[in-house]
Amino acid sequence: MDALTIADRTFTSRLIVGTGKYSSPGVMVRAHEASGAEMVTVAVRRVNIADRTKESLLDYIDTAKYVLLPNTAGCYTADDAVRTARLGREAGLSNWVKLEVIGDERTLFPDNEQLLEATRTLVREGFVVLPYTTDDPIVCRKLEDAGAAAIMPLGAPIGSGLGIQNVNNLRIIREFARVPLVVDAGVGTASDAALAMEIGADAVLMNTAIAGAQDPVAMAEAMKLAVRAGRLAFLSGRIPRKMYATASSPVEGLVGR
Amino acid sequence: MRITLNGDPFDLAGPLTVTALLAQLQIDPRRVAVEHNRVVLKRGAFDAVLVGEGDEVEIVNFVGGGMN
Repeated sequence: MDALTIADRTFTSRLIVGTGKYSSPGVMVRAHEASGAEMVTVAVRRVNIADRTKESLLDYIDTAKYVLLPNTAGCYTADDAVRTARLGREAGLSNWVKLEVIGDERTLFPDNEQLLEATRTLVREGFVVLPYTTDDPIVCRKLEDAGAAAIMPLGAPIGSGLGIQNVNNLRIIREFARVPLVVDAGVGTASDAALAMEIGADAVLMNTAIAGAQDPVAMAEAMKLAVRAGRLAFLSGRIPRKMYATASSPVEGLVGR
Repeated sequence: MRITLNGDPFDLAGPLTVTALLAQLQIDPRRVAVEHNRVVLKRGAFDAVLVGEGDEVEIVNFVGGGMN
């Protein structure tokens, strides 16, 4: 079976989804179901002490069915990210973390310097670190050297829906990657996810593309199919690109020639 | 007695364990993580750690999302 293995876990699905920006918990639950995802990302935030009536996210996510992947969204320094990761571990009793250290509020591009520092610290503390990073092959290599369990370069800025901005960089990253490669961020529609898998990514992570779609449940299904299609195409060994035509039918036996 | 709870001043009758504090706030201990004076507590330590005057406590849980 074409299973995805990251650290000590094996997955059937190569689509990882988020839990943010949904119009309602009900829509989120149905979208997750339609996506076929087996792992979902969650953010770590202060409990609202004043308003205790709010329901908890965990009321809606079946943790027997989905692996929770805490992220360090909103952290701008290695210290904050490490602190949040430690809290996430205790809240979820799992040592997996999607590590985000953001460098800029508008673009949400990662601060790779702080990201590397946080990765080293968390790997030392026994975390399974999945760092969200840029499509820079050198940074990806350094993250691997630092002990990251996977590398997660962005396709485009978070929530931008621009798709894969630098196909060639991702191809280069794929060629040299020694750990699973997950394209994370920037996916807009199904073809973007399929392209990521055709390039050879091991998985795709997305949130906004599904949650922000007009019909999130339908889009979730589209993404499930796209990831499968892209993966199958990758494994099938595509034809080379050619500048001109190569006729499919024989030239001999043409009437009138 | 005053502490800082999730960034804001918070008054308590007196020192109490983290377990007792969570119970007073009606928070399910299985759904949260707690940081006491910058130290992330293991769940097993909730009964043993005492929250006192001037302490900084952070109580977090999982919410939907990433960066918005």
